[in-house]
Amino acid sequence: MSEMTFDRLLDASGLKCPMPVVKARKEIRGLEPGQILKVIASDRGSVKDFQGWAKVDRRVELLAQETRKSESGDGAESYVHFVRLVK
Amino acid sequence: MSISEVGDLKATPGAALEARVAELERRLAEVEDRQPEDRVSMVVFSGDLDKVLAAFVIATGAAAVGQEVSMFFTFWGLTALKKRSTLSGKRFFEKMMSVMTPSDSTGLPVSKMNYFGVGAKMLRKMMADNGVASLEEMMALARELGVKIVACEMSREVMGIHDDELVDGWETGGVASFLGDALTSKASLFI
Repeated sequence: MSEMTFDRLLDASGLKCPMPVVKARKEIRGLEPGQILKVIASDRGSVKDFQGWAKVDRRVELLAQETRKSESGDGAESYVHFVRLVK
Repeated sequence: MSISEVGDLKATPGAALEARVAELERRLAEVEDRQPEDRVSMVVFSGDLDKVLAAFVIATGAAAVGQEVSMFFTFWGLTALKKRSTLSGKRFFEKMMSVMTPSDSTGLPVSKMNYFGVGAKMLRKMMADNGVASLEEMMALARELGVKIVACEMSREVMGIHDDELVDGWETGGVASFLGDALTSKASLFI
């Protein structure tokens, strides 16, 4: 998948529910409407959590999600979310 | 006036039409008034570490996704809101209650396998090892996210918990204040 552009990066690796969404919410407040936050998480539940966030919160839009093999080669996966601040 | 009457527009002269539009607008406003707000409300009745933690995970998560959150602490749940225990100025049973309940959130037991607090320590350790935020971190986060913390006045008095034994930032309330939030919420939980 081609790399999406983003305006800010949040590394939420190592954080568990509900922290990836909570931190992302805090981070995205610093963006302008239309800008994109990229979040990297290690919490598998974050995939559904970010979908849930976008579903209930009209101020954000979930543009894409990816699952990547961790670069450390230990078989762990990371979950990448692209969230746009709508308003 | 029914909707079908409003639908019969051809036979309606201007003034009557305006009246009907006004009536529709009034009823629309009424319906809008009754729509639930973006709010989640909870009763936190339990003073068990695991249950209170679940309450705060939901509360902070809900606040993060843009919901207003109200947490109404009552009976054992109040022990989660304590920051210290005082005995002075309390009656005998109130003192007993103070001595036999945790003096702050770090002393909360777990609902299963507590074994005089060993279970609670074990659970805290296991959560920390897994990168889960502690209850105290969650509570601070909830405050930062604007979660409303209400201490039930009636059970606070029954249990003899003084105002200054509770963490900062709480407000007092009763069943009607909880219902005021709960009845306009999209989700309401009892924990």
